[in-house]
Amino acid sequence: MSTMTLDASARTEAAQAELLGVESVAHSAEVRKTVGRPFIEIAKLRMRDVNVCYGEIQAIHSVSLDIGCNEVVAMIGPSGCGKSTFLRCLNRMNDTIEGCRVEGELSLDGEPIYGPKVDVVPLRARVGMVFQKPNPFPKSIYENVAYGPKIHGIASRRAELDEIVENSLHRAGLWNEVKDRLNKPGTGLSGGQQQRLCIARAIAVSPEVILMDEPCSALDPIATARIEELIDELRANYTIAIVTHSMQQAARVSQRTAYFHLGHLVEVNDTETVFTNPEHELTEAYITGRFG
Amino acid sequence: MQTPTLLALLLLLVLAVYGTGFSRALGAARSLGGVRNLASLPSYYGLFAALWCGLPALLLLGAWIAFDDAVIRAMVLGSLPDKPDTPSGQNLLYAQIQNLSAGHLIGEKTPQLQSAADYLNRLRHNSSNLQAFLSLTLAVGLAAFALLRCSPKLCAREKVEKVLRAILVACACAAIFTTVGILLSVLFESLRFFQSVPVSEFLFGLHWSPQMALRADQVGSSGAFGAVPLFTGTLMVSAIAMFVAVPVGLMAAIYLAEYASRRVRALAKPILEILAGVPTVVYGFFAALTVAPFIRDLATSVGLQASSESALAAGLVMGIMIIPFVSSLSDDVINAVPQSLRDGALGLGSTRSETVRKVVIPAALPGIVGGVLLAVSRAIGETMIVVMAAGLAANLTANPLESVTTVTVQIVTLLVGDQEFDSPKTLAAFALGLMLFISTLVLNFIALHVVKKYREQYD
Repeated sequence: MSTMTLDASARTEAAQAELLGVESVAHSAEVRKTVGRPFIEIAKLRMRDVNVCYGEIQAIHSVSLDIGCNEVVAMIGPSGCGKSTFLRCLNRMNDTIEGCRVEGELSLDGEPIYGPKVDVVPLRARVGMVFQKPNPFPKSIYENVAYGPKIHGIASRRAELDEIVENSLHRAGLWNEVKDRLNKPGTGLSGGQQQRLCIARAIAVSPEVILMDEPCSALDPIATARIEELIDELRANYTIAIVTHSMQQAARVSQRTAYFHLGHLVEVNDTETVFTNPEHELTEAYITGRFG
Repeated sequence: MQTPTLLALLLLLVLAVYGTGFSRALGAARSLGGVRNLASLPSYYGLFAALWCGLPALLLLGAWIAFDDAVIRAMVLGSLPDKPDTPSGQNLLYAQIQNLSAGHLIGEKTPQLQSAADYLNRLRHNSSNLQAFLSLTLAVGLAAFALLRCSPKLCAREKVEKVLRAILVACACAAIFTTVGILLSVLFESLRFFQSVPVSEFLFGLHWSPQMALRADQVGSSGAFGAVPLFTGTLMVSAIAMFVAVPVGLMAAIYLAEYASRRVRALAKPILEILAGVPTVVYGFFAALTVAPFIRDLATSVGLQASSESALAAGLVMGIMIIPFVSSLSDDVINAVPQSLRDGALGLGSTRSETVRKVVIPAALPGIVGGVLLAVSRAIGETMIVVMAAGLAANLTANPLESVTTVTVQIVTLLVGDQEFDSPKTLAAFALGLMLFISTLVLNFIALHVVKKYREQYD
């Protein structure tokens, strides 16, 4: 974007802000540079200057962020601000969307995520994903969890597979509820159980990173609490990035919180700082509910 | 008055009544202070009056046209002092009178006949006048009645919708009754067939040679009605067709739904569906003139005996014909599998083909089976290709290089040409039709059942 058009768009934004009154904070503020602590010493995932375009529309503007080991990073922000798009860059799920282009430097343990020589299959085995809507396969509960280990050849014998399935369901906190009906279809479970089944399915391939895209948005408070507990337990072994619309959830489960606004990463800080003493006025406006 | 003129007049009347009802309702609404003070919208008052005006008059007209010939005939014949006793004699006499009244009698003209013809003309004239008078009176009277009933409190919408629902039910019933009618006519003819040929012989007989002796002393035309060779022939040709259509169609569908870019898909799918639009006769001579000789030459070159009309040729071409059925239905079903399942599988690190094989196809399988069964019904019912490419010889064989014949082909050959409609040879066609109807019905039933089960899959 040239300087001239940038100035022009800033001017129109300012003019709109005056008209809209309350939203003035959202538009007049400078959002070009991330404030806070986006970078850390030892990064598991390292992203620099990531730009994402859907056709002509740019969804992510030059985002840089590190995510460390055994850390939960929450991504918050108003709808359409690019948090999910950014999350989906990390295991290249955006590849399935026609017309989506990703630029910038992304690496996992120093190895590039994008590039002509990178095979997405092992990448996605290392970076698992849990989606917004529970999406168990229309197979049995056992087959759902065993799917990943089977395609990656993780288990060679039936007994090994049984162990992986039981272990994953245990860690997802679902074992006691389903141990007597492992052969029943996974689609017959309740919403919360389905989501935990999806988490069990994701951890059955022993990934290093788990990406969660609003995993609790379709669940009731009890199921949500169960999954938040689970995220906290999983942190011991995994790196977790979670997109959420619930600020309470972000505050409860994460160590660092990233605030996205209109495709820009505005602020990254320790969760406590973000929610008690935000550095950026946009973050403050969002968490105090002045817009969003 | 002629019927078309009458119909046009009725139509004009209905339109005028609609306009009147509409404008009267608008007027009433204006004096009440707006359309919302009426019980229904003004157009419903118009429709209400128009339906009262048009529907009974049309029904009367229909009934009149249906029955007026029979009534006139009875009256003319009743006026004659001496008439023949047999129905065929009466028919002949009445035909003579009709010809005379139309002014081109061939033969002798008696005064009695002449007076009957005059009477017929008079009756016809009166009938058409009476018809016009009655239907127009009915229309005008009922329209006046309906317009008088129209008041802001009358809920015209409910009444109109009741009538519309009745019309919808009548249309649905027409389709059902047609099916039942076809079934019954086939059933009764089949029962007549089974009076001369036992059911067990028809179902289990291994020899099909539907020639009946015309004279008692005729040799070599004993007639054999064992349908087994026909059904095995049908089965073989359909099986060959499905062997071609299912893999090709399914893989084409997978390519279109999962791999093709949007542009390729938009181009390729309609082109594939053109295959379904080619007339079966064209497929038939393609099979008979191109594929069958090619297969015969190929078989001869590897030292096999092949007849120039073979089950293989007909089956292959039929398979090509039903590819679009399989591919189009499967493509729709595969597209209906939610993207979230694909994302789930890809997110676990499946490759594209693993996702297709292990998640998408199993999820779509019931729908695919439904589509394949519909294609099977289509293959069993197909006639033209088999007539031209598979031959007419009812061989009981498992060799696809020999010529076979199918149920539909035999129905065609039994009914083509001059036949008496009471010999077992002709009636056999109805029995075959009944069997075919039952088997495709069962297949469709299974297909619908499978599709219904599929609908319960995700939600």
